[in-house]
Amino acid sequence: MKGRIALRPWGGRVSLRLDPRAALVTCTLALAAFAGVVANVGVGEYPIPPLDVVRSLLGIESADGNYSFIVNVLRLPRALAAVLVGVALAVSGAILQGLTRNDLAAPDIIGINSGAGLAAVTLIVVFPSVSAAYLPPAAFLGALVVALFLYALAWRGRSSPIRLILIGVGLSAVATALTTVMITFGEIQQVSQALVWLTGSVYGLSWEEVFMLLPWLAVFLPLAFLRFRHLNALSLGDEVATGLGGRVELERGLLVLASVALAASAVAIAGAISFVGLMAPHIARRLAGPSHGGLLPATAMTGGAMVVLADFLGRTMFAPIEIPCGIVTAVVGAPFFLYLLHRSRKA
Amino acid sequence: MKVLSGRYALLLGLVACMGILLLCLLASVRFGAARIGTWDVISAFTDYGGSEEDLIIRTLRVPRALVAALVGASLGVAGAIMQGVTRNPLAEPGILGVNAGAALAVVAAVFLFGVSSLSAYALLAFVGAGVAWTTVYALGSFGGNGSTPAKLTVAGAALHALFSSLTLSLLIVSQQTLDQIRFWLAGSFAGRDLSLLLQVLPYIAAGLVLAFALGRQLTVLNLGEDVAAGLGQRTAWTRLGAAVAVILLAGSSVAVAGPIVFAGLVVPHLARFLAGVDYRWVLPYSALLGAMLLVCADIAGRVVLRPQELPVGIMTALVGAPLFIYLVRWRIKG
Repeated sequence: MKGRIALRPWGGRVSLRLDPRAALVTCTLALAAFAGVVANVGVGEYPIPPLDVVRSLLGIESADGNYSFIVNVLRLPRALAAVLVGVALAVSGAILQGLTRNDLAAPDIIGINSGAGLAAVTLIVVFPSVSAAYLPPAAFLGALVVALFLYALAWRGRSSPIRLILIGVGLSAVATALTTVMITFGEIQQVSQALVWLTGSVYGLSWEEVFMLLPWLAVFLPLAFLRFRHLNALSLGDEVATGLGGRVELERGLLVLASVALAASAVAIAGAISFVGLMAPHIARRLAGPSHGGLLPATAMTGGAMVVLADFLGRTMFAPIEIPCGIVTAVVGAPFFLYLLHRSRKA
Repeated sequence: MKVLSGRYALLLGLVACMGILLLCLLASVRFGAARIGTWDVISAFTDYGGSEEDLIIRTLRVPRALVAALVGASLGVAGAIMQGVTRNPLAEPGILGVNAGAALAVVAAVFLFGVSSLSAYALLAFVGAGVAWTTVYALGSFGGNGSTPAKLTVAGAALHALFSSLTLSLLIVSQQTLDQIRFWLAGSFAGRDLSLLLQVLPYIAAGLVLAFALGRQLTVLNLGEDVAAGLGQRTAWTRLGAAVAVILLAGSSVAVAGPIVFAGLVVPHLARFLAGVDYRWVLPYSALLGAMLLVCADIAGRVVLRPQELPVGIMTALVGAPLFIYLVRWRIKG
């Protein structure tokens, strides 16, 4: 294939194909995400210079003894959570879009976000006295219930991507409608709070939430990355995929599972951030080219960089007022994507 | 994936749909917050005496039923056109930014200028929807190879995200705006009277006529850009006509009723289930089925929690989604 480098280490027993452009894009985005983390950790009421941030991250003693505590205990978890949430949502969206061959497919379209949203908003509006600590498990449960319904309703001997997505849209509509009932008739104070949750924010996340999210990523990200070849084949259509020797049903089931788990765990801790799952794959595709092999890592890094940079902007733009990163991702990300759309057309 | 085949079956189906729609309209006039008997409904028309019942029926119930039907027809047709032009079964005014543009215009005006009348909302929403879809269309068609379904779709989705995020941020900043506008944002027919109906009627009528005139072109376009061009169609003009029809129809419906989601998505699927892929039939079926769906959803919204009223936007999803899931799950092969 043109422009690809084949790597055959260990005497050719293993071979890897590397797309230089995708690799370059992915590395750049990873650097951007890292820069985002450093910047995010550095700003705040007690500013820390970037170099000291990096030193504290590496565990090197700085001039100021407080740096290490502020960086590693107070601020790092939030920045890290932002990256992880972005990665999870972006990969989830990329899988769904590849699987259904539909540009509009995303975890929020098939109801994962709306299920989580319904559960969280119900908790906030109907049971305002319940501690906010129960929000993540409740949201996760909501997403899980929708996923189970989706599975039960979309499965008919053999699954079909378009049926999956259409039923997801239906479920999403029901959950959204019930959420709207809460928003329309709830106490205005609580409704306002619920809206913040619905936009998505990584405000106040601690190591506890990071460790809640981490196991899900540890299991399902590798699964997604290992299956990318099958996503490539599945994108060509069922017949072609079967012809290429893929076990279509199994692969599809695993990929849907990975997508749902990633989105649900991310939404559970950060709220219903909607833009990343939908748009990160498109942005990555325009930056890195169409192959799923290169696309998935590039998408993951796009998502991570997007959310952490958005959080940084949201914290600094109108400081001391904080804008939820769910809003910033869309407000900054959408024009950027439209610019990419415009540019790639000329090529 | 087609229940009715043959010209006569399709025509008969249309007539049957009209009959059912008429029954729905009558039911909409009959049921509501105030309990009114069937005879009162009839006498309000035959023997108008100016009693309270007569007034309710003539000035509230009948306009409201008609508004519901018109908005439903517009949404159904707008959704069908959008799905045809983008060749994406998920396209609808709610997903491709039209409703979000309208909502942003209204919420921004409430936030900045404290606008508070329904007719001002209507105007703003119409303008917002128009600007949104024009932008989507322009962004989707710039550049060398013109507008492609994929570009149009993703540009719409991106703008939708942008608009709804801006709307959300205004609502989060100002609790007062949120309190004032949240009922409108859910989509509702409450308090829509005859004058509002007459305001938008010309636009809806023009949109429907334009849409039906494009039926044949849309069917061909749906086979693919190349096929359509090969058959001698000027696809750019078809797309432009479709874009104008979408603005007129989706713009008027969001102007009257607020952003109603899901109807535009589900109705064309129902229509295709009955009438196949020929847009000359899909469009009229979408109009009638959309009208039925919204009239029924409006009735349900009024009687479920009587005398409290649920916004029709919520009921469309609660009535339409189970039906849609049933169809997709058990009826449509795929």
